[in-house]
Amino acid sequence: MLFDIRLPIGFIFTIFGAIVSLYGLLSNQNIYDSHSLGININVWWGLVMFIFGTSFLIFAFRKKAKNE
Amino acid sequence: MEPLLKINLIDYLIIIIYFIFVLGIGYFLRKAMITSNDFLLSGRKIPAWITGLAFISANLGALEVMGMSASGAKYGMLTAHFYWLGAIPAMVFVGVFMMPFYYGSKARSVPEYLKLRFDEKTRAFNALSFAVMTVLASGISMYAIAIVFQMMIGWSIHFSIFISAIVVLVYIFFGGLTSSIYNEVLQFFLIVFGFLPITILGLIQADGWGNLATKMETVVRGSTHIWSNLGNTMNNPMGIEWFGMVMGLGFVLSFGYWCTDFLVVQRAMAAKDITAAQNTPLIATFPKILFPFIVILPGIIGISLFPKEAFFSDAGTIDYNRILPVLLGKYLPNGMLGIGLTALLASFMSGMAGNVTAFNTVWTYDIYHAYINKKATDKQLLKMGKYTTVVGVLISIASAYIALGFANIMDYLQLLFSFFNAPLFATFLLGMFWKRSTGHGAFWGLLLGTLAAGIHHLLVSNGIISYYSEMASNFYQAIYSWTTAFVLTVIISLLTKPRPENELVGLVYSLTPKPVTSHIPFYKRPSTLAIAAIILTIIFNIIFW
Repeated sequence: MLFDIRLPIGFIFTIFGAIVSLYGLLSNQNIYDSHSLGININVWWGLVMFIFGTSFLIFAFRKKAKNE
Repeated sequence: MEPLLKINLIDYLIIIIYFIFVLGIGYFLRKAMITSNDFLLSGRKIPAWITGLAFISANLGALEVMGMSASGAKYGMLTAHFYWLGAIPAMVFVGVFMMPFYYGSKARSVPEYLKLRFDEKTRAFNALSFAVMTVLASGISMYAIAIVFQMMIGWSIHFSIFISAIVVLVYIFFGGLTSSIYNEVLQFFLIVFGFLPITILGLIQADGWGNLATKMETVVRGSTHIWSNLGNTMNNPMGIEWFGMVMGLGFVLSFGYWCTDFLVVQRAMAAKDITAAQNTPLIATFPKILFPFIVILPGIIGISLFPKEAFFSDAGTIDYNRILPVLLGKYLPNGMLGIGLTALLASFMSGMAGNVTAFNTVWTYDIYHAYINKKATDKQLLKMGKYTTVVGVLISIASAYIALGFANIMDYLQLLFSFFNAPLFATFLLGMFWKRSTGHGAFWGLLLGTLAAGIHHLLVSNGIISYYSEMASNFYQAIYSWTTAFVLTVIISLLTKPRPENELVGLVYSLTPKPVTSHIPFYKRPSTLAIAAIILTIIFNIIFW
């Protein structure tokens, strides 16, 4: 009785993506000027993680629905 | 001493969420651990893509990640040889040719295969040396990483050691090998998402690979081509020529590690069927081929785009191990910094978990079940597996503290470990592909091959033999030790009585029917994946020639 590993991975990246991109929207632009060449890496990469996470969740739930 | 990185609440929040997930995975797996087979071998029912990602993650501890970027700064793209030459061919070989025997023989561990193929003493030698090495190695890396975390974010060494030990203990105790494998897959994605932004931002800052390579050549000459400078030891920063590179790294060391080290082979043994077991290392080759861009490029970026002083230790000399931590701080603002640190923390813990699960299995099946309690019931084996987890973690902690007190002892131990892997591949090669090889041949070849490595080391350290670089010395040591083991195993085997052929079915290539693949779609066949991996590797070798 093993659970689908896509569930925890999907959840953690959805949460991480949401937290990081939200923080990116709220934080001051000067931290990006001093670190990531002026690019708001939190918003963009947070979004990438969020999309990755949710697509893993969709896969996992689809498979679950198919099995039931 | 000021910590290198300034982390804030959001970074801590991310780290805490990660801990909750790791422990949660162990917690939700606890009901699936019914037999010792479930606990130590994941019940042999994990799909290939999962075991495949775990296969490369198990090898990707935090020390390796930092070591690769350090090596990227020192040697540039030449470091990619540890991937394209020193890993892919061996991974393809173990998947296509060796896995049918590991998996098909129903051996539960690498030492147990040696018992089935050769004899008790060969197994005992391998099981004991492996068990001692893994658990000590785990402690050594725990100590090394605790120091890094102290430097990076100011955590005390005791705090890092205990928090990681407790978390690893809990999730393995409840979820066994499956827990370890699941966390390794999580770690794989964390490393990709945590470190890839550094490569991307670095390439943007340098304005493309071409400009970066030009800058890198002015810092370290001959470091952006992987083959064209290998004609002579003087022309490349590693101080080695192509023969030592191909035979030492590409053949002996790489095959010795990827084909015989139970830490990685165990992941494939947990796969759900023989095709999945074969595909485990083959699927792993694809991310492995691309990993140089995530772990080596940051080293090149760091050393070419930033002044050397950025990586100075407190003593005022360059410390290559600082490159990755410093770059995390340079490129990642709070938020993403939390993700980068979590990636490092994840590889720290799952590196340790990998060692503990491998130790568990070898202790329970190859030492406890084989010598201490031959009549053990499965219930007793499961219990032993769980207790061994606790003991393994405790020994790791103890050896971390020994390392803290006597750094030199640990250097000697690591040196000693390096003697064991190279000759072992000679034993397996002859065992699997030459039916005439015998137990006596294997045992004495292995023992004397290990000894040969020791003698070579003594000759080098006393100045009787000398090499252009330490790396060259290591590669040639592996070649000599492998050759000794190979030749002696052949000679002694010919002088001793072979085992009857009917006992070797399923253990030796020429006596075992080939796995049938005609019912599998062609893109899932081991041979298809192997050819694709080889073609891709050749392409990268040509691009960076």
